[in-house]
Amino acid sequence: MFPPRQDVLRLMPEIILSLSGILLMLIEPFLSGARRTLIVTLAALGSGLALVSTIYPATLPGTAFSGLLRIDGFSVFVHVVVEAVAFLVIIGSADYLDREKIQHGEYYALVLFATVGMCVMAGAAELMTAFVGLETSSISTYILAGYRRDVPRSNESAMKYFLLGSFATAFFLYGIALLYGATGTTQLARMTFPTTPGRERLLDLGLGLMLVGLAFKIAAAPFQLWTPDVYEGAPTPVTALMASGPKAAAFALLLRILATVGAAGTFWFWALWVSAALTMFVGNLAAIAQSNVKRMLAYSSISHAGYILVALAAAAASDQVELGVAAVLYYLAVYALMKLGAFIFVSQLGGESERHMEIDDFRGLAVRQPVAAACFALFLLSLLGLPVTSGFLGKFYIFNAALASRLIWLAVLLAINTVIAAFYYLRVIVVMYMRQPNQTWPPAPMPWAVTFVLSIAAAGTFYLGLFPGRVMALATQAALSLPGR
Amino acid sequence: MSGNLAQAYAPLLIHLLVALGLSAILLILSSLIGQHRPTREKMQPYECGITPVGDAREPFDVKFYLVAMVFILFDVEAVFLYPWAYVFRELRWFGFTEMLLYILILLAGYVYLWKKGALDWNPSKTQRDRQT
Repeated sequence: MFPPRQDVLRLMPEIILSLSGILLMLIEPFLSGARRTLIVTLAALGSGLALVSTIYPATLPGTAFSGLLRIDGFSVFVHVVVEAVAFLVIIGSADYLDREKIQHGEYYALVLFATVGMCVMAGAAELMTAFVGLETSSISTYILAGYRRDVPRSNESAMKYFLLGSFATAFFLYGIALLYGATGTTQLARMTFPTTPGRERLLDLGLGLMLVGLAFKIAAAPFQLWTPDVYEGAPTPVTALMASGPKAAAFALLLRILATVGAAGTFWFWALWVSAALTMFVGNLAAIAQSNVKRMLAYSSISHAGYILVALAAAAASDQVELGVAAVLYYLAVYALMKLGAFIFVSQLGGESERHMEIDDFRGLAVRQPVAAACFALFLLSLLGLPVTSGFLGKFYIFNAALASRLIWLAVLLAINTVIAAFYYLRVIVVMYMRQPNQTWPPAPMPWAVTFVLSIAAAGTFYLGLFPGRVMALATQAALSLPGR
Repeated sequence: MSGNLAQAYAPLLIHLLVALGLSAILLILSSLIGQHRPTREKMQPYECGITPVGDAREPFDVKFYLVAMVFILFDVEAVFLYPWAYVFRELRWFGFTEMLLYILILLAGYVYLWKKGALDWNPSKTQRDRQT
């Protein structure tokens, strides 16, 4: 009855993450005094080890635990993205938490638990498992969003996220129930079109509800309303995590359902099309009106969900899902790095209790801190999609997938939106480079941990922009490893 | 299919209707026939027999919520033991180890709660400092 040894090995990243999270919770109350180094080291070590141990699932593809999990190139790709995000966020958070005087072991434990949930979502071959993963990651992030307990805005963020997130989860769960009713199974691979008359509507309804639940998690229009408030109120490193990790996991789940369940592609196509177009416009047009950098980046993350949805629609439209899926995966890696970099940078520049978050506060930064300003400018240009940066290639692959699936109009809308987005990204760069600096403020310190995270994100942004071959090959391999309709 | 379903649930529906009807009839009858002599004492809210102290709608100490939350947590976890006990013989050592792991993780949570002082009703000053 014991699961075979390779099943346990396939689950190694999740096991390491959970164990280090539990360990952190256990030692936290026993420590006093000089505990910061120990806690941060342990958390970084746990997430780093998990990242390394992804080699086990990578070398042992197959289904695990009686078909609950499916370990393939796809799940490994998303694992690596999500774990790298957790690793970088943990290292990038330490100084922020010190400054806000909320340096606790629980914070890191919650980040690790959230990552476990995302990893499970990436590998779930069955809907109940996916649901457990979704809940683990969501509940941890609800708490993290309210981690600045004494700040009303942080409380507001957690409350909004929790209430709306619970609704979305309920939609998702109801969808699972209806799918089970229609097909008699929760195994994705066995969800064939029901032969009993009258059950097709049930299947469509279930798929629709699941799409609503997941669209909320990826902040796709018209379910994006919570995003700016939640992202703005949450501690900035947590925003970095929320914008990159859970989004990638939810997209992975969407893709897996899309690729595995035949009915999903046809039924979701128009919903994805409309949502992609809406999300791009809503995110970009609202971002123009923002004066707060954090809020602007929140709206920009909505618009990026729209770009990824274009690739998703492309995957749904054609029989060859690979092109679209590979484009989504590549963009997820690209997006995670640049968004994480931008948010971690803002968390450091914001100063104590996030005071300096207005675009105007960044004026003259290039004179006062040229390297830091150049770094932020790089992330902004990549988010905009300028050549040489990774954002350009990410958009290029999405464009390519859209054209291959003959979604000409969606590709045109994508191009229009890139132009709209240029306005607000460039505005920040103009303010940084062409305005007189504010002399009264001391320059924001750049501790080595933050410098480390920013350099990795910047290096990754360049690497993915200049040498896409390796990662794109992995993404294509990952896309081909999906079971296929 | 749906015809069978309706037939199977018909007794339940009748039961529900009878229960609702009976209680409605009893309430209406007693208000019609019974004598009403309200006094000040009689109209007071019932509070286990003692004289009411004040309004119930006031802020409660957060400790109550904490205890309630911890109770529900462990209570729900205990529910998982029932299906486990049902298939315990079939699962053998695998089932035993799985449950052991589960309980151990739960125990870790318990130790955390304990050391954090969530179970102390009146935390001492030092503990309160540590909790922040």
